[in-house]
Amino acid sequence: MQCDQIAELLPQVVDHHERADASVVRHVDSCLRCQAELAQYRKLLRALHQLRTEVLEPAPGMLPAILARLESAGERGAVRSLLSGRRAAYVGGLAVATAAAGAAGAIVLAGRGRRKMRVA
Amino acid sequence: MMPTDLADLVAAAKGGDRPAFDELVRATYAEAYTLAYRLTGNEEDARDVVQDAYLRAYKGLKRFRGDASFSTWLYRITANCASTHLARRSRDRHEDLADDDTLVDQRPEIDPELRADISAERSRLTEALQSLPPDMRAVVVLRDVYDLPHEAIAAELGITEGAAKVRLHRARRRLRERLFPLRGELREGDGEENVRAV
Repeated sequence: MQCDQIAELLPQVVDHHERADASVVRHVDSCLRCQAELAQYRKLLRALHQLRTEVLEPAPGMLPAILARLESAGERGAVRSLLSGRRAAYVGGLAVATAAAGAAGAIVLAGRGRRKMRVA
Repeated sequence: MMPTDLADLVAAAKGGDRPAFDELVRATYAEAYTLAYRLTGNEEDARDVVQDAYLRAYKGLKRFRGDASFSTWLYRITANCASTHLARRSRDRHEDLADDDTLVDQRPEIDPELRADISAERSRLTEALQSLPPDMRAVVVLRDVYDLPHEAIAAELGITEGAAKVRLHRARRRLRERLFPLRGELREGDGEENVRAV
């Protein structure tokens, strides 16, 4: 393989050089230019990994802003749940009333039916 | 007594303890902001992303199973929010956040301190990261700085694992060329002069 072809693979080979394709490993092991480039990728990865320890300082108003938004979302959620609870109670009440009306109607009809039979 | 360990706070917050969640925010918001800033490249966007991320974390906390740490879970949410935010911003403003955009930390209150404290190499690295297009920057930050697995990165950015890997390798190549140019490679800002760094 040529250096140009290897160069395309180095950004991925740097993760696991030892597990790379044998022909790539052979080339890198015998090519100073590719070894140098691989070393630069390793240096880059080390530097990137070290960035993990750096924590930026947020602007002073950020924490109160996050907490206020959470508070507001919590209140909205509570109102929504209250409203949905009331809606459920309303629908439930309506259902009970309808059932009761239906039962009363059935009793009245049954009573009329018995009276008619007695008259006959 | 208020629990101080993150795991205890998470457990308490999952049980509906709102002050415990506030405490979680206090303990983690600087790190979440740092990630959001690295992904978006500016303070205003980072602030919006962090607020969205905590709101989503709060709403979705019951679904957090604890397979990974709370921080990792929060990083994933932050990455997803940043991706959505950048896509929306790009659509709204019709901005071309293309390869040539250079997003550099220009906060006056942060710059002097940072520049005084961090090494020149770290500063160059940060600038090089900010010079990447947002989609490449996201992948390399999440993988090489925050060590998230390819699968998680792909899921949060809404791309395939293969696409995430391709972006990562391209991003590494660009950073390497910019920071550690080899013989014959042009470095940005060096005009036609070849840099003989190796």
